[in-house]
Parts: sequence; C-alpha cells; structure tokens
Amino acid sequence: MQQLLILSGKGGTGKTTIASAFIKLSNAKAYADCDVDAPNLHLIMSQSDEPKRSNYYGLSKAKIDLYVCIRCDLCRQNCRFEAIDSGAGGIMYEVYHYACEGCGVCEAICPVGAIKLIPAIAGELILYRGDAVFSTAQLKMGSGTSGLLVTEVKKQMTSVINDADIAIIDGSPGLGCPVIASLNGADMVLIVTEPSVSGISDMERIIKTAAQFQTKIAVCINKYDTNIKNTEIIESFCEFRQLPLAGRIPFDPEAVTAINTGQSIVEVDCLSGQAAREVFDRTMQILVGNG
Amino acid sequence: MRIAVLSGKGGTGKTLISVNLAAVSKEAIYIDCDVEEPNGHLFFKPENLAAEYISVKIPLVDNELCNGCRICAVFCQYNALAYINQKLLIFDDVCHSCGGCVLFCPEKALAEKEKNIGIVQSGTSGLVHVITGILDTGEASGVPIIKKLMQNAPAGQEDVFIDCPPGSDCIVMGSIKDADYCVLVAEPTLFGVHNLKMVHDLVRLFRKPHGAVLNKCLEGYDPAAQYCEDHGIRIIGRIPFDHDLGTLNSNALIAARENGKYREVFTSLLQKVREEVQDAAAIDFKR
Repeated sequence: MQQLLILSGKGGTGKTTIASAFIKLSNAKAYADCDVDAPNLHLIMSQSDEPKRSNYYGLSKAKIDLYVCIRCDLCRQNCRFEAIDSGAGGIMYEVYHYACEGCGVCEAICPVGAIKLIPAIAGELILYRGDAVFSTAQLKMGSGTSGLLVTEVKKQMTSVINDADIAIIDGSPGLGCPVIASLNGADMVLIVTEPSVSGISDMERIIKTAAQFQTKIAVCINKYDTNIKNTEIIESFCEFRQLPLAGRIPFDPEAVTAINTGQSIVEVDCLSGQAAREVFDRTMQILVGNG
Repeated sequence: MRIAVLSGKGGTGKTLISVNLAAVSKEAIYIDCDVEEPNGHLFFKPENLAAEYISVKIPLVDNELCNGCRICAVFCQYNALAYINQKLLIFDDVCHSCGGCVLFCPEKALAEKEKNIGIVQSGTSGLVHVITGILDTGEASGVPIIKKLMQNAPAGQEDVFIDCPPGSDCIVMGSIKDADYCVLVAEPTLFGVHNLKMVHDLVRLFRKPHGAVLNKCLEGYDPAAQYCEDHGIRIIGRIPFDHDLGTLNSNALIAARENGKYREVFTSLLQKVREEVQDAAAIDFKR
C-alpha cells in the first residue's frame, strides 16, 4: 500500500481541502488524519457508520500521596520540567499535571515511596470502517506526545487494511514531532504551499525536514493567483531543487462554500475542483514513477 | 500587558494580527512562539540581530565505566537508552532531558552534554523589539525554546504580543500560560469553527480572559460569528476579506505601516484589546 502524505509547513494552505479531494478522486480505501492536534478531515468525509473509539494513553503522570510525603523536597529539586510545586506553606506538594512529562525521576528519588506514575488518557483514537477505512484521532487539550498518537493513527489504519492501492494521509502543520511521525513510512509527500513569503519560508523548512526521510517530494501551489510573482518564485525554486510540480490551484470562493457544506471541492462544479483533478493526475504519475 | 494571539487552525491570521498590533503600539515587544514555522520576522525584517543558541541536555556515556547493568535503560520512559552488543546506545532524538539516567547510574558512567536544538533571535524594527524562536529542522520539540522565550519576556508595562503556534497542545499552553489576555483568531469556515472551539476550551481551562477576532469575513452566513454568539465569546474585531490586504500580507509587508486605512483598523483593534485587558483586570481585582 502506497502512502501519500499531504504536508505544508504553514497552516491553512489547504492540506485538508486537497486531501479530501484526493480521497474522492482516488476512491481511496484507506485514509487517515494525522493532524491530531486540530483534526478536520472528518468534517468533510461524512461517515454513516458509528466509529470505534478507544482511549489513547500517552505518558504517565506523577501523583504524590500527601499522607506518605515527608516534605523532603527531593522530587521538586530534581524535576527538570518544574512540574512539582511545594504548595501552600511548602507542605502541600503537588504535581502540575500539564508540565509533568512522566519521566519517573520523582518516583524513583522519593525516599518514602510517596510518588507513583499513573497512566493518563491523552486522547482518543477513532476508526471508521464503512466503505473505506478512515483512521483519525483527537489529542486531549494540552497533552504532549502528539507524535506517538500520530504513529498510533497510522498503525490503526494499517492494522485493518494493508492491501489497498493507496492510502491518503492528511498531515499537520509545522515540522516537529507529529510531522516527523507522519513522515515515517510515507512513500511520497505532496507539499501544499501558497504564494506568500511566509508560505515559501515554511515550504523550504518542511522540504528540508522531509528530505531527511528520502521520500519522493512534489509541490502544489494553492491559491496561486493571489500572488503570481510569488508563484513564479516557488516554481523556479522547485526547478532549481529538481522537485516535481504537481500543479496550481486558483483561489476560489466556491471552495469555501463547498467546505462549509461538508463537501469536497471535486464534488461541486468549480474552478478549484477542476484544477485539483489535474493536480491529482499529475501526483499519481509522480507517485508511480512516471513523473 | 501580555497579549497572546492564537487559533487552533493554521493560516487564520495569527501572524497578521499580532504583527500589526505590535506595529501600531507605541513601543512593543513581538515574540514569535511558532518556533516550527516562525514568520513574524519575515514581516518585521529586524535589524541589529543577536542570536542565542538554545540547547537541551543529552546523556553521554563513558564506556570504560559502564558495566552494562541496564538500570538507565530500564528507567528511561522514552526508550532513549538501550544496551545492545555490550554497548550502551543513546538515541538523542527521543530523549526528554529528564536527567534520570545520569542521576541513577550506580557507576557514574553517564554525564550530560549540551545539544543545540535552535536559536532565539532578537532584533529591532522601528519601535518594535522582535524576538523569534527558531527550531532546527529535524528536531522534534520546540518546548525548551518557548520556555526560554517566555522566561525572557518582560512582565512590566510594555505591550507584549505573543504569536502562538497553531493547535492546542503542550507547546501552545507554554505560550499562553503567562498571558493577561488571549485573542482567538477565527476564519469563517467549518474548519475554522471546529478549531476555534478547541482553543476556546483551552483558554477557558486556563481561565484566561479572551475575545475573538474574525478574519477573512465574507458577506453572508459566518459560522465563526455564529459560534461566538452561541458560546458567549466577545467579538472584538472583524477584518473583512480584502484583496489588497491579502496581497500586502503575502508579500510579507506590514499592512499598518504601508497604508493608513489598515493602520486605522489595527489601531482601533488595539484600543479594543486595551479596554478588554482593563476590564479583565478590574474583574480580577474585585475577586
């Protein structure tokens, strides 16, 4: 199963819009939303079946038993995450839940065994198995370890289907742990950029990150007509770096209308939808190696 | 006052709003916490640049002293150490720098070395002091850089504008923890609303006074405005969808510095934010 991952570096360039169009056009039997921090793909890929939901446990969190605690302060002194507070009067030791990274130093250093690491729910994995397999998740607010959850989302997908031709994976913005986790195992990355100075800067940084994984990389320019000069800069950058271009998509107010009614841009007759079809065909050629 | 500008979704206009608010404020500090993809500096083009490396501590083994007891490998919750083929291997990328392995090694075979993960760059642009965190590509977590940015942020009378990363995870929390007020930027799409809900939950969790700025507003039904109305979020500004503004922004120009019309827009938005912060402080005082 070939994994096509959609990334952008900058947020809001159109990853989910393109991903949903590609899912429709390829009639993908497997797809996933790896933007676990702010997932949106489910809003547009309406599902008739109820999904299977399961808890995702991230890093454990430390808990102090005040009846056992002798206020020696060793836990607080040795916590690198400043997650322990000595509390009112310096006697009510407690763990700052959001700062704790579950390393276990406090538990190991406590001379009286007053501290235990407790598994904590850090999000929810969601799996739809209707006409196609759709794996997604929602990270609990303020949780860390989004990279681990991304890995779980992909595992959840491949554990139930592995013989589909293609899996379309909607990625997250940025280039940190969730993006790195989504890059693992991807056969090709399509970078959706926009012709702004910010978009270009972010594209260069995400290309640098993706290049470390030695996957195929292609670039598509969304809302290309909002700044033709910058679009040309992107195209010459890609030529210089020998990155294949998958095409241009125009700015299209009808795309917003389609999304707001829960439809992908290829389900309505609009300019951006037509352009997305061409970008899709070109992307498939690049994926199979005829680019 | 410290103003954090955030939105769950990317590309809604966090940088547009925070850069322009800083530009119309008399003297301001702009802090870019979107360390994975920082963009504010592209607009400000700051001068007199100074950079400071940000590093984390990574264990370093002395193989002469290591006796293969594996206490470190068993202890490490992140599987950053493994003893394989009579040798202790350390995986820097997954290390959280908790220091436990060094602390509990009975042979004192582990020490720590500094590993650079990025920089904090500061400079000036007009009256704005521009501070940018930049994570090296390939690094997983920018949290230590954000911690440093927040530590250095002045807590006095100056106007501080914090441009947050997208999302609602640990890295965003670090950015808003010390804010006096949060500006939630939303766009009028189904995606925008879904992600507005997430950051709204986040600022409520942290009990931060907040208001929404609706960006890229079009004629007709606006699901983001509807959400604000339904959930009692005060709308402190609306920025209509505007081709010229979009062009200035895509060329990384600061709209409020280029055009009097936009200076007006952001000056009145700043005024509104100031009033909101005062109101919030008054309510806090009454408590």
